[in-house]
Amino acid sequence: MSAVRVLAGTRKGAFILEADGKRDRWKIEGPFFAGWEIYHVNGSPADPQRLYASQSSGWFGQIIQRSDDGGRTWRTMNNEFTYDGTPGTHQWFDGSERPWEFKRVWHIEPSPLSPDILYAGIEDAALFRSDDGGEHWHELAALRNHSTGSTWHPGAGGMCLHTILIDPNESRRMYVAISAAGAFRTEDGGATWRPINRGLHSEYIPDPNAEVGHCVHRLAMHPAKPEVLFMQKHWDVMRSDDRGDHWYEISGNLPTDFGFAIDVHAHDPETIYVVPIKSDREHFPLDGALRVYRSKTGGNEWEAMTKGLPQENCYVNVLRDAMAIDRLDSCGIYFGTTGGQIYASSDSGESWKAIARDLPPVLSVEVQTLE
Amino acid sequence: MIRVLLPASLKVLANISGEIDVEPEGGPTIASVVDALEARFPPLRGTILQHGSRRRRPMVRFYACNIDLSHADPESALPDAVIDGSEPLLIIGAIAGG
Repeated sequence: MSAVRVLAGTRKGAFILEADGKRDRWKIEGPFFAGWEIYHVNGSPADPQRLYASQSSGWFGQIIQRSDDGGRTWRTMNNEFTYDGTPGTHQWFDGSERPWEFKRVWHIEPSPLSPDILYAGIEDAALFRSDDGGEHWHELAALRNHSTGSTWHPGAGGMCLHTILIDPNESRRMYVAISAAGAFRTEDGGATWRPINRGLHSEYIPDPNAEVGHCVHRLAMHPAKPEVLFMQKHWDVMRSDDRGDHWYEISGNLPTDFGFAIDVHAHDPETIYVVPIKSDREHFPLDGALRVYRSKTGGNEWEAMTKGLPQENCYVNVLRDAMAIDRLDSCGIYFGTTGGQIYASSDSGESWKAIARDLPPVLSVEVQTLE
Repeated sequence: MIRVLLPASLKVLANISGEIDVEPEGGPTIASVVDALEARFPPLRGTILQHGSRRRRPMVRFYACNIDLSHADPESALPDAVIDGSEPLLIIGAIAGG
């Protein structure tokens, strides 16, 4: 009997929700690491019992937790993230120079090859790798040392590396996204990187077509079609058919194309999901109605999915790492809100229900499909 | 033996209850006490003094004998009453709620 495990990171702890394949009754465990901000919890594709959590606090810094038994027990791992060499500077909001300084881990991406290989995307933006399950970390410094690195600047949430995608057919090809520098690709496991932002147009930066400086909120990829990438930019939903070399807009008939989260259906690489947010100034759904928009055409033609979602007086946000899918035959879609709800659909978005309603603000949602 | 009181978040993190005693190597200073804490309770590594620089985290404060030691040189000797065990070293999270 298959099962689903939802890993939720919140402002005040982590929660694990489990259900069998019917997904109609959920057991909620937590809070784990109560009182701490949990930016991300993620499981290993190579060993679903291996979980990692990013735990942090403005007072006491960064902690990395690891579980080898699906979240029942945890142990702290190495939390030392030291930039390679002399870090130098990046730009601050006002264009002044700021030294690179480690603040927190935003995203943990275990490799599909081994539960002991994992990547961490951090603020201030850099990519780290561990080859021993979190016992040691080293920076893949060629990214931060890219010739444009000194011009990167933070987005409103900080200068964070928040998205890490690994090509399932070629693990040395990876994509990362940084707010507000843009998207980057490596073909050699992180030894070299190139910006992949051609086609992005951002009116709010000095050169709207710049090589870097775009506020990319999230990237998504389907494993069966890894050359196709989808992007929720600050404004604009974008698509690339050539591994990020060129992007084109697919916002189409969306009522607003600002947002954070984006994901792809488990079984159809042309079916994608976004949660439109009113604007960069008003981080809540348009008209107070929480709507997931689905495109079955790979973009441009979108339909609102509303059944079971609040359609009035809803002013929550859905953050960039807070949407995920399961891989059951009838694909499940999940997202968490800053109001503490986790909504789930077990029918590809046709209908929704809250599987948790009163959690702390949800920062991230990941889903494991268990056999 | 130095008596230390930790904030609740760090006690939970390190699975500590109540006051703890540590035996720092060399002269008892804030830095050597934190070193001893981290050696005995590895989950505390980097949570009080930052990795690398060993600077105090901005929102951590040190008190003893009703004296604010937060801005003292972390390599300077602790007060006599802490060294002789009659007073604890308090490591607290700065008040920043509201």
